[in-house]
Amino acid sequence: MKTANEIAMPDKAPESWSPLLELAAREVFEIMLGCKLETQNAAGPVPSDFTAMVGLAGQLCGLLTLRCSAHSAALMASKMLGADVKESDQQMWDAIGEIANMIAGNFKNKLTGMGDRCMLSVPTVITGSDYSFRSMADTGPLEVALLFEGAPISVAVEVHS
Amino acid sequence: MKKIRALIVDDSSVMRKIVERSIRQAGIDIAEVREAANGAEGLGVLRDQSVDLILCDINMPVMDGLEFLRQLQTVENAKGVPVVMITTEGSESHVVQALSVGARGYIRKPFTPEQVKEHVAPLLENAK
Repeated sequence: MKTANEIAMPDKAPESWSPLLELAAREVFEIMLGCKLETQNAAGPVPSDFTAMVGLAGQLCGLLTLRCSAHSAALMASKMLGADVKESDQQMWDAIGEIANMIAGNFKNKLTGMGDRCMLSVPTVITGSDYSFRSMADTGPLEVALLFEGAPISVAVEVHS
Repeated sequence: MKKIRALIVDDSSVMRKIVERSIRQAGIDIAEVREAANGAEGLGVLRDQSVDLILCDINMPVMDGLEFLRQLQTVENAKGVPVVMITTEGSESHVVQALSVGARGYIRKPFTPEQVKEHVAPLLENAK
């Protein structure tokens, strides 16, 4: 895994932030869940049973989302807590929201000078894949597709330019 | 080091458990852990009993961690109790703000038990 210093300094173009977003997610999973995310070579559909959202406000304004299957969400909660969490357990919601929150914080702190100029909302988690949302961002999503314990997950950021 | 009573203030119940586990993994002996989901609840706990250590998030609904720190100064049971912030808000200005209103340490999420030990153990040693 590359360190933040090994990744070229991002310019203001959000499309250049992809390595930082991926690094932010990888660090959270390694430190808090004790597992490595794998690169998803062939981009395929990501189940959206659970979507955790964290709002970004200030100079960097937009939305970070983490999407995964219910099974993955339960597994994330289990790994975080070091105890078995069932797919019906309320702790699953809390865990995936907190993971999204940490990825968002880690990501913005990696953007030079953004730590002080961007605030995070508390996380919101929705379930079910039959939905659509508009973040009001005016750029397309910057999305990183990764594998968590072999299952696809998605981390995405949409920002106002 | 004596067994301590800790108050963990975080809106995430999962994170409260992880913070407690990290304190234990850091080798700090805990006699009792009280939990609060926001700053207002945390102040309520402290009006009833004293603790030896407070670990607190910043971004929380109802009352955030910085306001909790400000109001903490008026709570008798909290006088002299070290407060360590554990938060995703890792910016310089947040650190300065937290330290200026009484925090004694600052840990950025994601964090390891080693980081908890590094920040918390010296505070408890000094408080002996």
